[in-house]
Amino acid sequence: MLRVIAERLRQGYRTGQFPRVEPKLPARFRGLPELTPECPPGCAECANRCPFGACELREGAPALDLGRCLFCADCPACPQGLIHFTPDYRLAARKRELLWRQPGKELDLAWPLAPELRRLFGRSLKLRQVSAGGCNACEADCNVLGTLVFDLGRFGIQFVASPRHADGLLVTGPVSANMRQALLATYEATPAPKLVIAVGACAIGGGPFRGSPEVTSGLDSLLPVDLFLPGCPPHPYTILDGLLRLLGRRKTG
Amino acid sequence: MRSKQSVRIANGAKTPVAQIPRLDYDTFADAVLAEFDSGSRVAAYFAAQAAEGGLELYAVMARERNANFALFRTPLGERFQSLTPNCPQLHLFEREIAEQFGVTPEGHPWLKPVRFHASWRTGHDAWGREPGTHPRPGDMEFYQVEGDGIHEVAVGPVHAGVIEPGHFRFQCHGEQVLHLEISLGYQHRGLERLLAGGPHPASNRQMETIAGDTTVAHMTAYSKVLEGLAGQPAPPRAQAIRALGLELERLANHVGDIGALSGDVGFLPTAAFCGRLRGDYLNLTALLCGSRFGRGLVRPGGVGFDLDGGLDGQLLATLDGVQRNTLGACRLFFATPSVLGRLEGVGRVSRSTAEDLGLVGLAARACGVPRDGRFFFPTGVYKESFDEMITDELGDVFARARVRHREIEVSLNLIQRLLNVLPTGETASKIGPLSPDSLALSLVEGWRGEVAHVAITGGDGHFRRYKIVDPSFHNWSGLAMALRGTQISDFPLCNKSFNLSYCGFDL
Ligand code: SF4
Ligand code: SF4
Repeated sequence: MLRVIAERLRQGYRTGQFPRVEPKLPARFRGLPELTPECPPGCAECANRCPFGACELREGAPALDLGRCLFCADCPACPQGLIHFTPDYRLAARKRELLWRQPGKELDLAWPLAPELRRLFGRSLKLRQVSAGGCNACEADCNVLGTLVFDLGRFGIQFVASPRHADGLLVTGPVSANMRQALLATYEATPAPKLVIAVGACAIGGGPFRGSPEVTSGLDSLLPVDLFLPGCPPHPYTILDGLLRLLGRRKTG
Repeated sequence: MRSKQSVRIANGAKTPVAQIPRLDYDTFADAVLAEFDSGSRVAAYFAAQAAEGGLELYAVMARERNANFALFRTPLGERFQSLTPNCPQLHLFEREIAEQFGVTPEGHPWLKPVRFHASWRTGHDAWGREPGTHPRPGDMEFYQVEGDGIHEVAVGPVHAGVIEPGHFRFQCHGEQVLHLEISLGYQHRGLERLLAGGPHPASNRQMETIAGDTTVAHMTAYSKVLEGLAGQPAPPRAQAIRALGLELERLANHVGDIGALSGDVGFLPTAAFCGRLRGDYLNLTALLCGSRFGRGLVRPGGVGFDLDGGLDGQLLATLDGVQRNTLGACRLFFATPSVLGRLEGVGRVSRSTAEDLGLVGLAARACGVPRDGRFFFPTGVYKESFDEMITDELGDVFARARVRHREIEVSLNLIQRLLNVLPTGETASKIGPLSPDSLALSLVEGWRGEVAHVAITGGDGHFRRYKIVDPSFHNWSGLAMALRGTQISDFPLCNKSFNLSYCGFDL
């Protein structure tokens, strides 16, 4: 027992101060992309160069779909170097089409649930996680929210074992053909009103496996999605920020 | 004298396919079984479309004692004699071949689908299933025990925690497990088919997401296959940075696993410490390349990030504190009698079972089977800087935990040495065209065990076949065997002690 206490003292107090204090992310972290609208006339290279279909030309300027983007370190999309990734980890959105990043436009970050749902879930949100065909890194960064650095429990959010105890599903992975039925059954088993949260590029749009006949190219084609959290995988703070926004517990901006 | 039956190549090397003798099936079978008898084991065993038309079967046998691999091949007909009865470690490989190509290994004692996808050759299905429909996962006959007091427990695919999907069937007598059958495939994304005709622009990211917790190992294996095919090794500095990434990946997972085991036996201090420390190792990887999982760190030809601008010093300084806390958390765990009492003797796999099943990585080492790619098939910096393979004896949960603990110490040490004598020079070289009609293979010791990749190119230098063998493919059968005779309530603990990948298996 004494040994336990001594070790505990040595390890120190580690619970993070988020959201009161902004997290410090490493300099090489790739978050919200910034687009500079200085495309040479006639260039539409990015639309062809992103292997994951995340880029296209909209209104004559490059646009980037955060839902499909994998935040690649060696993003080849723009030969002019007009796309670069900032350390901003806040990426959550409530609607699929709001994930399009366009130059000069602010990202419309997730807004809170309607008041009656907030009354229900605002102080206690139980989520059933369904892993459906991804690489398990999204799951790992959801799990990490339970460690004491993030300490999800202090916000009243918890992962539960049964869909019957859940207020919603948090889905990761591109919904493989083999998980489709189990996912839909889990959704059915969750009592209404219920939320659906898509975590990661896979769940939002098929991610790196987009185009395989074994996966779906977007959870929103199967279920109504209330919150989209981009990334491959999203940083734990991206997930936490999104969940808190949904519950109206994060200041806007 | 017998004519030459196989070609031998080193880790990371290539050979023209034409140099691998095309044996008739019976000669192939005898040669492969003789290779087993002389102590080799299977690293990969797969079918491919042959350049000559029809199908071909390849066996890649790892020869620890000679530090090389023996390659065998044979044309494959619609039906062939299964070798599994003589060599159990082939059981899943033959099932996989049957599922992918709709051929039948006759006499296979346990011929069931592996991942539940349609055959790659439309119209040929080993189970005569309807063409044009997707098979239902878990649609097969499960092994059943009958008799008084026997009951069956079925779990999954959706499990109780934040974990990947899989289906487990326990045959129990009271609390005691007589048999466990594991049916996977729920995470199947069709990766090997996506790679056909590659390398494609999307291939890098797909390699990094075969198994997200093994990003660096899989990406390194892939890069080395390409470098082998191009005849252009990565520069020394890049090899050192890859090793750094690989050891950080090992540390994050080993430390996380000790924490998870600790949580499972209800010892919360180490569970809490290690949960956080695992994050510290992931953050060190992010310091290196921006991604906690090492995405973008390794690239064919070298690495995507250098350790410049004082980053090596920063890593060393951060590591110093993390290391002390890690060792403290582990020491506490292994010094607590109530913890040891829960781990010892649970989920035992004997050395002979481990050898028969061809287990790899830490699960094999915990049974006393010496098997570590860094030691037997070293490349890059491991050639000079690695000689501490850790093995244990009893093959129980405790042994698997203790192997992790000791490997944590070895990896910490190794990282420090690496950072202190980092080679100078380039971090990447440009990869030329891949040589046509060739086979290249690479084996990388990831934290769970060996990650084996094999590529066969066609006349155009593109992949005619790309084969991925995640260590979990060898090891899930080990978990099933570990459960025999234990209490069903010990399943979570046994499962954590292996901590196998579903997506790495399912591809
Ligand atoms: S970062 Fe990757 S996914 Fe995103 S636009 Fe660039 S290439 Fe496409
Ligand atoms: S989005 Fe990326 S990290 Fe998440 S499951 Fe898919 S491949 Fe893995």
